[in-house]
Order: sequence, then structure tokens, then C-alpha cells
Amino acid sequence: MAISLNVNGETHEVDVDPATPLLYVLRNDLELNGAKFGCGLGQCGSCTVVVDGAAVLSCVTPVSLMEGREITTVEGLGTIEEPGPLQTAFIEMQAAQCGYCIPGMMMSAHALLTRNQQPSDREIRDALMTNLCRCGTHMRIMAAIRRAGELMQQAAAPSERRAG
Amino acid sequence: MTIVPKDGFTRKGLTRRSVLTGTGALVVSFALAPHVLAQQQPVAAPEPPKLPGSLDDARRLDAWIRIDANGDITVFTGKIELGQGIKTALRQVAAEELEVEPGEINLVTADTGRTPDEGFTAGSQSMQNSGTAIRNAAAQVREILIAEAARRWNVPPETLRAEAKTIVAQDDRTIGYGELVSSQLLAVEAQPESLLKSPDALRVIGQSIPRVDIPAKVTGGVAYVQDLRLEDMLHARVVRPPSPAAQLQDVDTASVEQMPGVISIVRDGSFLAVVAEREFEAVNAMRALQQAARWSEQAVLPDQNNLQAFLEATKGDIGTVAEEGSPEVSGKIFEATFRRPYQIHGSIGPSCAVARMVDGRLTVWSHTQGVYPDQEAIAEMLGMDLANVRVIHMEGAGCYGHNGADDAAADAALIASAVPGRPIRVQWMREDEHAWEPFGPAMLMKIRAGVGDDGRITGWNYDLWSNVHSTRPGGAGNLLPARHRAQAFSVPAPRFNISQSGNGDRNANPLYAFPNRRVLWHFAPEMPLRVSALRALGAYANVFAIESAMDELALLADVDPVEFRLRHLEDERARAVVEKAAEEFGWSSGAPEGDRGRGFAFARYKNLAAYLAVAVELELERETGRTRVVRAVSAIDSGEAVNPDGIRNQTEGGIIQATSWTLYEQVTFDDTRVTSTDWSSYPILRFPSAPDSVEVHVVNSPGQPFLGTGEAAQGPTPAAIGNALRQLTGVRLYDLPFTRERVKQAIGV
Repeated sequence: MAISLNVNGETHEVDVDPATPLLYVLRNDLELNGAKFGCGLGQCGSCTVVVDGAAVLSCVTPVSLMEGREITTVEGLGTIEEPGPLQTAFIEMQAAQCGYCIPGMMMSAHALLTRNQQPSDREIRDALMTNLCRCGTHMRIMAAIRRAGELMQQAAAPSERRAG
Repeated sequence: MTIVPKDGFTRKGLTRRSVLTGTGALVVSFALAPHVLAQQQPVAAPEPPKLPGSLDDARRLDAWIRIDANGDITVFTGKIELGQGIKTALRQVAAEELEVEPGEINLVTADTGRTPDEGFTAGSQSMQNSGTAIRNAAAQVREILIAEAARRWNVPPETLRAEAKTIVAQDDRTIGYGELVSSQLLAVEAQPESLLKSPDALRVIGQSIPRVDIPAKVTGGVAYVQDLRLEDMLHARVVRPPSPAAQLQDVDTASVEQMPGVISIVRDGSFLAVVAEREFEAVNAMRALQQAARWSEQAVLPDQNNLQAFLEATKGDIGTVAEEGSPEVSGKIFEATFRRPYQIHGSIGPSCAVARMVDGRLTVWSHTQGVYPDQEAIAEMLGMDLANVRVIHMEGAGCYGHNGADDAAADAALIASAVPGRPIRVQWMREDEHAWEPFGPAMLMKIRAGVGDDGRITGWNYDLWSNVHSTRPGGAGNLLPARHRAQAFSVPAPRFNISQSGNGDRNANPLYAFPNRRVLWHFAPEMPLRVSALRALGAYANVFAIESAMDELALLADVDPVEFRLRHLEDERARAVVEKAAEEFGWSSGAPEGDRGRGFAFARYKNLAAYLAVAVELELERETGRTRVVRAVSAIDSGEAVNPDGIRNQTEGGIIQATSWTLYEQVTFDDTRVTSTDWSSYPILRFPSAPDSVEVHVVNSPGQPFLGTGEAAQGPTPAAIGNALRQLTGVRLYDLPFTRERVKQAIGV
């Protein structure tokens, strides 16, 4: 079945079984590496993407529900040459060990920071409730999210922007 | 011939390197290890000199460092990136001694076609082994380049210096590295001694340069074997048996063969797998096969609620780990039994591999910790020549020891051999990893120790019961699919061995000084549940028991626990980390108020590697039994610090991971099946339970050997948590993990 998907601002036509989890379509059909397979059960958050502003577990979301929605993956936050604020913050804080869970963390954070760029400690922890990290990078992940919020606020405040 | 048994497998005498092609000035094919030559000669050759780190096993400089005619520098390591930052740290040591920038080093990690054989990336030994080898090789290469320039210019070498890929003379003449290596300049055996840069001259070592792998990982670059997408690649899933001793009786594959996208069903004894065009088709076919398969099962598992009985009943050898003075203890006595359950590695990404068989030649991409041992085991499983099997490392999710990586590689290899031509990608499901990865073994520790009127320990009796903690390949029998095939390879009998760095007995002997001790390992040979190396091996539970006992003895002696430890520590570096952690924590200002307690613990990993002390502040919610580490403050000395932020990152991770093991984690099973098969039946620490802060203070030891970092926090952390709970509630917990139920029961809620 042909399905039209809007991912990171681009429209893609894919021909897949409509029951296919969005994750497999993102990874295999669109060749996007960011969302990861972790459990296939919606328990670990490695597959998290943002759909219409909300964090969604793509491993348990059938692709057929995604038509007409705006899907964002970590690839939509910036590039290795021009990283976005979340990516910049994770690099700056060296907030990864193996890094496998990190894109999912970043997408949960993206959904949070889009709503609230000064989240409290409690709000960050709650937003990451579904995301598991096994390397124990939790402290740096939380620090990177706070830092990303700062970077986003700086970018949104033109009066403070430096010339050039 | 076989030599150098190391970490449970046997190395070959031949160290192979592929022919280096392209424009490289150095072309080397085989570097024969001297012991092979020795065997071929009728007269015994003299023992070759010991070389630094892994240079001792791959002795030629060009096995490690290649400089092309255009000056490009490539460094080869047999170690792999596990998320510990080794790709960055190894570049740093090479760049330091070669007088270039880290970004100018091209690093090739483990690949049986290209790199030295460094066995497994395990035991926190990458910096000691590979880091030491590369640093020494780089220093020797630099000196060879200087000598060559001196020869060409006819000037004394001590008048020359290396700088930015060139050798510079006093008169400012320069010549590039690439011009100098136009002959087989580096095709020489390394020397035992190197002219290493002095600690005060270091530019790159000791700097927290950013990890080279993180930018791709946060922008969706290809970073893991899971991301490998080869042309015409097929997707496979394995239908694992429902329980460890299950055998496949019958499976009607006809209907599954008709499912969309199914290419092939591979059955070989109890090994059952499906290959399909698309990934979700493979998943659907796997689920259908699970329904169609009929298995015979056997109730062979021990009683989960009485692992002590199982461990005490499985009779094996008893090994003496340490003995000093008399086994008698006197004075005030502390006596207790501690227990640890089976625990999992729990990689966030389940194991994955890609394999392709073309014209009888097999290539496997795997996140294995040991490409050479895996190559050997896979070749044995398939009855292939070693030369026709190549194993290339690609990163996976963090593994923390021997997880399903090797098995997934073997799955892919076996399926590719049955379905040759197109690449086969095998992705384990979550339940495969949870139920089939080798677990960290259950352990039982009994301790009896005394403290005299002088406040010093009089004697120490310690008995531990455990399986072996490494069943890595070496041998096809350690690969799951090889066990399940019709022509099954049997599980190799575990080898019991008391070694310097320890296994189940790792850190069983306290570092503390006292006159009388006896430490015994009661070896448990039966392995009803599959077990192998989990980060720190036995050190996690042994240090938990020892450091819990140290606090109890301090109480009996009526001495502050930090002071009590210092009283028994003679090693200055041990004392330094204890004092540093205590000071940074603010230990002298007393215990916290309210429902918060504090605890301290220390160990030197393996009694010969990194020193680590940690103090924690723990909060307890009495009504629910919920505990949380609020604050952890640690100090670590892992020798000369190459990348201090890398040491901090790994140590923070070690503390948090060990906290998760300690508060939540145990494998569950009934008499037949493993029942903890996902994150809901095997919960781990989530963000709401993460600490408020984790501090790591790096105590640098310039000029000292690299000691490794990755596992140092695993032992002290559970003890510090137990000690904090004891300080707060007056009750000690002896059984890991400290679940809410256990805490509530202990404090009488």
C-alpha cells in the first residue's frame, strides 16, 4: 500500500504493509539512522520520534496512522556540519557513551523544549521517563537538555544576538 | 601450535596482516611471531624480550603504524569502541608521540583482515594493552624517522626534532614523514625500551579532547552495525527456543513459507530462522514460526529463591585465592552471608550482525568484543578455513561484557552459509537479548572477620561460591547457534583457574593490611543458566561484601569508616583516593539529617588496576521502601590520565549502572524458563530515580602506567549504597538487589 509521509519537512511515498511500525519505514525505506530499534515494545524510548510536536514511540506506531502528520527525527534537528541547538548541546556536554539511546533522548527533549525552554529538573526527568540509558549517562543527558534550552533561548532573543 | 592462553581462548602463533595496497610506502604481508620460528628451528631460540603492552603479541612497528608516501598516518588497533571513548584516547597517545594532532591520525579498529590480534576488548585493558603498545610504537617510529633524517643530512640525531609531520633541523631544514618512509623503514621489530615524552612535555595526553564519534551519533550518521545497509541485503530473525534446555520437535513451515516476502526458512536441529526481503516481513514470519514450532522442554533450572542451595550443592574444586598467617579470627567478630542474583548486561540495542557468503568466503560485520576469537569460533562452527572467514568490527550499543554479540554474528554466519549470495542482517529481538545473553553469574559470599581492642582487623575468612565468569568463544561450543545445530557443538567444560587479575574471585582478597587471612573460591561447575563476563566479573559482589564488612568492623571498633579504611591501607595511591573522595564529599561534616544516610567504599580494581573511592548520600522513602542515590562523589586514579573527561564519563556511568544493578536488577526464572524477558519484567534505573549529582575527581598520576577505567566503580558503588542504608536505618541488607520489598521488610514497614 502506498503511503505518503512527511518526514523532516520532506514528503516521501513509501509502498509498505500498512501495519509496518514507523520505525522500520524510517530506517529501511527512508534510510534514516537516528531512530533506533531497542525493544519493539514501547518500553525503552530508543525509537522516539516527534509527531506533530509530541514524542512518539515509532516501534509500536503503525505507519498507516502517519499520513498527514509531521514527523521529525534527529536528522531533522541539524546536520553534522550545522548541528542544531540540541545536537550542539549534546556534543558540548559530551553527553554520550555508546550513544545508542541518545537520538531517542534528544527527540523526547525536543518535544519538551519546543513547549518549554526552561524546564525544571522534574519536567526533564518526567519527559525522559520512557527513555532508558544503560551506560549511565543520565547526568550529562539532563545537563545537555538544560544547555539546549539555553541555546534555544539565546537564538530566539534577537536583541542579545551578536552582530554577524 | 597453540600458545599464550589468555582470557579463555588460545591465540595462534601467526599474526597476519593483509597486504597493504594503494600508495602506501610500507608493504607487509605476514609478521611471523618469533615463537613460531622458534618451533621450526631445531635449536631452542632465546626467549624474545618482553615488549610494552600488546606489542609483545604483534611485535612489528608496521603492524601498528603506517605512514604513507603523502604523509598520511594510520594507526591500527585490535581493540574496539564500546562507548568508552577508546577511538579518541588511542588517537591522543599516537598523536602525542608522533608530534601531530589527533585529527591527523586515521585509526583502524579491530578487523581480522587488517589489524593486530589483541584478543578481546575487555577487563578495562584497552589503554594498558593497546594504548601502551601504540604509545611506544609511535615513540619508536618518531625516533626512527629522526634517525633516518639524521642519516640523510649527516647530522647528529639529537640535533633534530619532530614537529607537524616533519623532522626539523637546527638550521630549520625540514623533511616530511612521508618522504622519509620511502623504504621499509618501519618493517622492523619494536624494541623493549622507547623514548617516551616526559610528563611535562605532553601536549595531547591529559587533555579532555572531545570524543570523535559523538557528532555522527547525534546527527543520524552511520554509527552502528545496526545501521549497516548493504545492497540487496535480506533480513533474518531467529526463533529461539522457549527455554535453555528446549529442543525443537517439529515445525510445520509450509504456511510460513507462503507469507509475504519470505525467502527461506533455515532449520538445523533446534536452530530455526527465517529470511525475508523486508524487516517487518521477517518479524511477522518469526512470530508465525513461533506459533508453529513444537518444543520439548526440561525443568533444569535452580530455585530462584534459593540460589545459595544451588551454589553450595554444585561441587567443584576449591581454590585458595589468598592465605596469610592463620585462618583464626579473634576479638569482636562480624560474620555474615551475602548474595548476588543473576544479572544481565541489558544492552539498549539488541545484538545484530550482517554476514555475506560469496564463493565460499564469509564476511561478518559484528559488534563482537573479539574479532579474532570470533573468526576462529565461526570457522569451527561452519567447518571453514580460517582464511575464508573475515570478521570486521562495527560498533553496537554498549555491551558491558559478553552479551549476544558473538551469537548474533554466528547466527548471521550460519544463515548466510545456508542462503549464500546476498548479505543477511540478523537483528535480535528484545526477548532474545534478555533471555539468551549470558548472565552475570549468581554468587554467594560468606565472611567472618574480627577486630581487636586496638581497632585493627585481626583476621579475615572469606569464602565465595560462583560459576566461572567467562565463557567467551574460544570454541564454537560457546556460540548459541552452534549448540542448537543438529550436529551440535557441546558447551566447553568451564576451566577453574586462580589468576592474578581474578575471575569469580576478582577482588575477593581485600587490599587492606592485616596479619591473618584466608580467601577461598568454591567453584561451581554446573551452569544451568548461561553465564559469562559482566562488567567487573566477581569484583561487583566481592567488593560489595568486603566493603560492607569493613563498615561493620568499623562499627565494632567504634571508628569512623573512612578512618578505619585509612588505618588499614598502606598504598599511598589508595589512601589518596580515599582522602580525596571523603574531602570532596564533605565527610568530616557528619551524616545528613532526616531520611538521608551516607556510605563510603573503596577498592583497587583487580588489586592491580585503577583505584576508586566513592561516597554516596542516599534517601529513603520509608512507606514504600524506595531508595535513591541523591549524590555520589568519587575519586579515581587510573594512572596517567589520557582524557580526563573520558575517565569522568565512564566513571559516572559505572556508578549509575552499578546503582541500577544494586537497587533493581535480578534475572527471574521458573524451573524451566527465564521469565525476565523485557524491561517491565527486568526493570532498570529510569530518569526519575537518577541522582541529583555524580562527581568524579580524577587523581592524575603523570608518568605512571595506564591502569584502565571502565570497571573500577562497579564494586565500590553497591557497598557505598548498602553502607548508607545501614547508617540511616541501622539495618544491613545482605541480598542484592535492594528491592523496595526487601527494604521495607528490613526496616519493619
